[in-house]
Formats: sequence, structure tokens, C-alpha cells
Amino acid sequence: MTSTLKRRLGLLVVMAALASVPLLFGSFTVSLFNDIGMATLVVLGLVLLSGVAGITSFGHAAFVGIAAYATAWLNTQFALSPWLALPCALAVTALCAVLIGALTLRLGGHYLPLSTIAWGLSVPLLFGNLTMLGRHSGISDIAPLSVAGRDLMSAEAAFYVVWIMVGLVGLFCHHLLNSRMGRAIRAVRGGDVLLSSVGANSFHVRLMLFVFSAVLAALSGWLYAHVNRFVSPAPFSLHAGIDYMFMMVVGGMGQLVGAVAGATIVLALKNVLQDVLPLVSQHAAQIQAVVFAALFILLLQNARGGVLSLVSRVLPRRPVSPAAASTEPASEPLERRTMPTKGAALLSVDAVVKRFKGLVAVNEVGFEVRAGEMVGLIGPNGAGKSTMFNLITGTLGLTAGRVEFLGEDITRRSQREIALMGMGRTFQHVKLRPNMSVLDNVALGAHARGRCGMLRGGLALDREEERRIYDEARRQIARIGLTGQELEAAGSMPLGTQRLIEIARALASDPLLLILDEPAAGLRKPEKTALAELLRRLREEGVTIMIVEHDMDFVMKLVDRLVVMNFGTKLFDGAPQEARADKGVRAAYLGDAA
Amino acid sequence: MTWDIALILSVDGVAGAAIYLLAGLGLVLVFSVTRVIFVPFGDIAVFSALTLAYLEAGRWPPTIALVAVLAAITAVKEVVAHLRHGRVAKVPAALGTWLGLPLLACVPAQLLAGQELPPLVDIALTLALVLPIVPLMARLVFHPIAHASTLVLLIASLVMHFLMSGLGLLFFGPEGFRTQPLMRGAVELAPGFLVSAQVLLMVGAAAVLAGLFFLAFERTLVGKALRATAVNRTGAQLVGIRPASTAALTYCAVSLLAGFVGILIAPSTTMYYDSGLIIGLKAFVAAIIGGLSSYPLTALGALAVGMLESFASFWDGALKDVIVFSLLIPALMIRSHFSHHSDDDVEEEEV
Repeated sequence: MTSTLKRRLGLLVVMAALASVPLLFGSFTVSLFNDIGMATLVVLGLVLLSGVAGITSFGHAAFVGIAAYATAWLNTQFALSPWLALPCALAVTALCAVLIGALTLRLGGHYLPLSTIAWGLSVPLLFGNLTMLGRHSGISDIAPLSVAGRDLMSAEAAFYVVWIMVGLVGLFCHHLLNSRMGRAIRAVRGGDVLLSSVGANSFHVRLMLFVFSAVLAALSGWLYAHVNRFVSPAPFSLHAGIDYMFMMVVGGMGQLVGAVAGATIVLALKNVLQDVLPLVSQHAAQIQAVVFAALFILLLQNARGGVLSLVSRVLPRRPVSPAAASTEPASEPLERRTMPTKGAALLSVDAVVKRFKGLVAVNEVGFEVRAGEMVGLIGPNGAGKSTMFNLITGTLGLTAGRVEFLGEDITRRSQREIALMGMGRTFQHVKLRPNMSVLDNVALGAHARGRCGMLRGGLALDREEERRIYDEARRQIARIGLTGQELEAAGSMPLGTQRLIEIARALASDPLLLILDEPAAGLRKPEKTALAELLRRLREEGVTIMIVEHDMDFVMKLVDRLVVMNFGTKLFDGAPQEARADKGVRAAYLGDAA
Repeated sequence: MTWDIALILSVDGVAGAAIYLLAGLGLVLVFSVTRVIFVPFGDIAVFSALTLAYLEAGRWPPTIALVAVLAAITAVKEVVAHLRHGRVAKVPAALGTWLGLPLLACVPAQLLAGQELPPLVDIALTLALVLPIVPLMARLVFHPIAHASTLVLLIASLVMHFLMSGLGLLFFGPEGFRTQPLMRGAVELAPGFLVSAQVLLMVGAAAVLAGLFFLAFERTLVGKALRATAVNRTGAQLVGIRPASTAALTYCAVSLLAGFVGILIAPSTTMYYDSGLIIGLKAFVAAIIGGLSSYPLTALGALAVGMLESFASFWDGALKDVIVFSLLIPALMIRSHFSHHSDDDVEEEEV
């Protein structure tokens, strides 16, 4: 039996078991299941936002509340049917999320989580003090959901609506993670520089993800209002926000299945504690809060992988998306850029200056790179090579001078704009996503060559494009000689191979100029030889390459032309053989006595 | 609103600012040395206020039991860890540090509680009782995950607040307390402008404490070690500064600061077991205005928060907290405008 078949069978069994819950258990248990389902919706969003992309929010309970109050208000004031109120509730919540996200997502570190605490406190306070929303007594007599003219009054009836939604949302999230945007989401932790280098807008990706997770919370809030038919401020407090976070950590952070597992375990445990603690002590409620907090802290200290990491050996391996699994070629390859004619000026750097306060790191350096050639930029430590690299790729802004790429002035352009023009780069300190497969890492490079957004990705309407992207990725992996190892985790590869994978990722963006930052640093001799061979082959295929290196030997034998820098100025520009003879270069590398 | 009312509100605002200044300084200190956003700061202040209230009323403060329980748990954990690694020789020292010292702080309170005591003695007993709480809690909660990502630390810190407020409810009960003002009467600063002596005391005490804090940081070797750790943890380690001991020192300092905050705030505000979070968060608004790093800007932020709170409570008492938090919006907008994305290179670890 193949693993896909096993999974499908397992899924069927789970679905059948779930479907029989209302038949087997009493209303109380069914209500608990409904609560679990509604919590799962929120936690699914948190898994993507916090678990996968590393953006922490403590305020998602407030989003649940905003949607719940919106639909409750519309329903009781204007007798709007729940199904018509749904888009309104989602839209209001999404709008709030856009505002909050736009304010905080640009800032790194703690500003977002801290402000989520502030709004997590403020929103329920607002609910409790607005007369329009019934103050602390809330809004009651909300209409139940109705399907085909029948009101779903009982917990049993609501059960199916809740869990069908959980299933659909789970499927959407699963597809999303395996899509073009999903790869970008999984790479968010790699930092802005990585995403910009593949032409993705990190802020945009994070904002979309944030809004998406808020919309999932809103869906849960809408269900809550119409299933319980009563809303009050308490269930949307900061405390509830922490509970959702707890469920996510219990479930295993980065895992979609963990959302269900976490919600089930936490809510079931709460239920048990509510039954047991009153027998032990009269301070049951207080003890419960303390027990929960202590458990959460122990979990953070000892098992941050959550329960799923404990049972993961039993579970079948995470499946590969169909587009990634099929080796059948796509009907047509991704579009390519038109290559400039050989010998035309591709990159020209003119009198570039970079000052860091008093220090002049790069002083009036200028050179050219022409299409089809391989240029080495070398110099001893501290010569200003890496600064030069950052100035060309747009990672740093320059103090004076001008950089042209493809005849256009890119002096003030952002890193992402420059990457989109066709400058592919690698990193001195390898920036691969260690837990993603080699294939996914390389496919990330082709991000800017795809069009499908989150919606098409989540609805799995991106299959054709995905096939083309994976085709391209597979072609680049073959180019670096790693065919057969596509599905290995990139982090498990040796450093030399990781550098090759970075080159493949850059190649997947179909670059006109490939610019490599110290590709040979830290490599062993055979790895250097393999890298040199790859670069030679790429040059023969017509790729223009610029190497920034301090390993003189490595570059000497390889490049057509050398630019040598020392102390921020250009020493030499010409053929490698001439560089050997040049007095200045020898002095810089060997000392004046030579 | 007349000028008189505005004046009265301003005085209240300055008094509040004094509180947020001290709390904000504590938060910035902990964050810069340990990378922990110390959300439970307010809870410790509450413990301090409630302890003082119990002592004043001639009752036995439950803080003693709290400290004893925390010390016992920490000591057991430390001893077990030592025994597991076969370091029997280190057990007495661990017992002394984590059980002996905290219990020693409880002894005076245990002996004197229940008697009619001068206010200054009550305050001294309170500070002694509060002092071990943060170092013990931090040892239990943060020490095992000291190398985790800042976000894991933040989650742990927020959960710790719920733990603390749960413990507060368990040990102190749900009723609120207000302590006796330390000074009565009022001082006429200008003709017709009376300011209560208690407010002057609050502002004065905060100014003196903040000054001492500044001097300790700028002039003493220990303060320099803390600053060095804040700037570069690895570098500090290389020159012989132990991060674990700077962290312990920081937590002691923060415990004391929180103790003072509780004592200063308790005569003017009724304190409940769960009042801490809001106090801590408002101090955070001040600290965020200071970018979580600048002490002078934090002071300015504290003034803004105090003033806004005072005027907001006149306008709408129920929503004053929401209004204060909304100060975050312009603060974050300004931060966002000037941010240089300096943390681009920091790759977040997989949690």
C-alpha cells in the first residue's frame, strides 16, 4: 500500500469517526467538540502565522471577538441573516488586521507581539463599554445558522457546519503551504534580504498572511456568535488569546494537524480540570489558572516541538505536493528573459563611494561587467568587497556615485527591484531554509516568475504554474548535479552542496547577471573543484557571472577579468595573468617586501 | 474643563508618570540585559502593594508562604540538576543561594508581622519580602530557556504573568487593598495651588530612584558589566562577565524597583491581584516610545502616558486604558518611519 493511499484511508477513517460523534455522544460532549472545532479554526491561522512564519500574535481572540460582535450586531439590529452577515464580519476583521499589520509588521522584533497584547486588552474593554454593543452583558438572542430553511438550533446540527468548515479551511491551508506563496511564507523566517533576493516583497507576504490568519479567526467568531447565540466580552479577552497560543504550542507550532491536536488536548484538559479540581480544593478556578500557566511554561522548556514531535515517528511522512512529486514535464516551460548580446555592457559601476560615519569603506571605485564574461572582484580582508557587493545588489544605499544595470540607473533602487530586473545573488553566509527540501528551496528562486497568489494557491488552482516552477527547479538542480536528492532537507546537506543549492536558487530566477558572494569560503578542496567546474559550465552556457572572493587562487584560474580592491580603492582591473605581475596587487597580498 | 481642573489633572498625570518611569526603567533594564520582555513587572508591584497592606493591617503577609514555596521548588530543581550531573559538592551552595537567602529575607517579616509597626519598618519588610520573588521566578522560568528565541521568551513571560496573577489570587484573595498614605497634608506650591504631600513624595522618590539607577549604571563597575552585557553578550562573556550572574543581579534590581512601584502606587490606587498587567503594559507603552533602549526617551514616554491617562480618565473613566494604549499608534508610526531594519541579519531560530 502506498503512503498516499494510507493517508487517504486514514483521513476517511477520521472523517467517519467525526461524523458519528453526534450520534454517539450527548449534547454536552458535542458542544465540546464544537468548541474544539471553532478553536481549531483560529489555531490553524496561528500555525501559519506564528508557527511557520514566526510572527507572534497574542491578540487573535480580539479578531474572533470583532467578527462575533459584528455579526451579532448586524443580526440583532438589522435582522441580517447569518450568511449575509458573514462577508461583513470577515471584511471588518480583515480591515482591522490590515490597519494593525500595516502599523506593526514593518517593525522587527517585539513591536508586533507587544502591540498585540495592547489590542488584545483594548478590544474586549471596548466591547464592555460601548452601549451599542450591550456593555458587559453582551448581545443575546442572535439567530442560529440556518441551512435550506431549517434552523440549526441544537449542538448536534451545528456540529456538522463547524467541522465541515474546519475541514475546508484545513485543506485550504494545506494547499496554501504547498504553493508559491506558501514557499515565501515558509521562508519569512529567513529574513527580508532572502525574500528580496528572490523578488518577493517580505512585508507584503507577512501582511497578507496576518490578514489571512485574522480572517480565519473571524470565521471562528462568526460561528461562535451563531452557535452560542450570545456574545459577551469575556471569551475574547487576552487570556483567550494566550489559550490559542497554548493550543498552537501544544500541537507542535508548525504543523497544521497540530492545530486540531492542540485544540483538542487543551480544551479536553480544561474540561477535566473543571471536573476534578473542585473535588480537591475550594479554590478550583484559581488553581486551574496556575496549573495551566505552569504546564505551558514546562511545555516551552521541555517540548517546544509539541505533542506532534512525540508521535511524528508513527505518522507517515509529510506528503509532497502533487506538483512537486510529478516528474512529468509541464506543457510549456516558464518564460525566459531575452539575453543581452554578448559583450554588451551589463553592469557599470561608476565612482561609487560608501561612508560608514567616519570610515570610507569604498572610495571612488568603478568597473564594468559585460555580458557573457566572468569577472572576479578580489582583495584582502577589509578591502571593501562585501560592501561593494551590497551596494550593487541594493542591500546598502551608497553615499555617492552611480550604478547602472542593463543601461538603467539602479543607484536608488531597492534590493527587490534590482532582483526583479534579473540580478541573481547568493549569500556569503548560506541562507537556505534548512527544513525545506532542496527542491522547495530552489523553487523559491523562481518566485518572481509565477503569478498565483494566496487565493489561487489555497484553492489549488495553481497546478499548471506550479508544475512549470518545479520543472524549472528540477532543471536547475540537474545543472548543479544534485538530481535524485531533490526531496532531502536542505539543512542536511554539507556546506559545499548548500552553496551549490544557493546557486541553483539564483539560477531559477533566470538571472541576466549572477553575482556570488564568497562562494568558496569554508569549502574543502574537492568542493572548490566542483564549484569551479560548475561555474565554468555556466559560463559556457552564456551566463554572466561576477564573483566576489578573497581566495585568490580559486578566482585566478577561473575568471576572464579581475578587479582588485584594497582599503576601499581599486588597485587593478585587467586579465588575471597581468594581476600576478602587478606590483600593487602583490604588495597588497604579500606585503611591501615582496 | 477649567484651568483648575487641568492643573489638578496635570498633577495626577505627573504622579502617574513617576510610577511609569520607574516601571519603564525596570523593563528596559531587563530587556537590554536578558532579552526578556518582562510582562509580569506589574504583578510584582501588586505583590508588594498587597504585602504592605497586610503588614499595615497587622496581618501575616501570605508573601512569606509564596516566597517559601518558590524557594523550595527552585532549590529542589537546582539540587536535582546538580545530583544528576554528579556535582555533589555544589549542592550546599545551591541550597544556600536558592533556599537559604530567600528564607533569610522572610525571617524579619515572620518575626515582626502582626505587631503595630512604624510605616518605614513595614516598607523595609515589604521590600525584603518582594526582593527574592523575581530572581526565583526567573530562575525557574527563564533560566532553562535563556538561549531560546526572543519570541519564545516573550511567550514565556506573558504566561508567567498569568501564573503570577493566579498565584496572587491564590495567596492574597480577590479583595482589593489601599494602603495608608506615607505623608498627609498638602503643600502650597503657588498661591492657591495645593499639591498633596503624597504626590510630592511619589515624584520625589521616583526622581531619586531614577537618579540612583543612572549613577549605578554610569559610575559603578557592576553597572558597566550590565551595560556591557546589554551591548554584546558574547563580548561581555569573553572579558569575564558571567551572563547568569548579571541576569540574577538584574532580576534583583527589578524586584526592588517593582517593590518601590507597589509601595508608591498603593496609597492612591486600590490594588487587586490582577491590577498588574495594565500597570506593566502602560510602562511598556512608555518603554516603546523609548525604543526599548533609551532611558531618557522612556522618561519622556512615561510623562506622556501619565498625562494622557490622567486627562483620559476625566473624559471617560472606563475607556482610559484603551486611550492610553492608542498612544502606541503614533509611537509605532514614528518608530516604523525611522526604523533601519537593523535586525535583517538576525535569523530567527526555528522554535
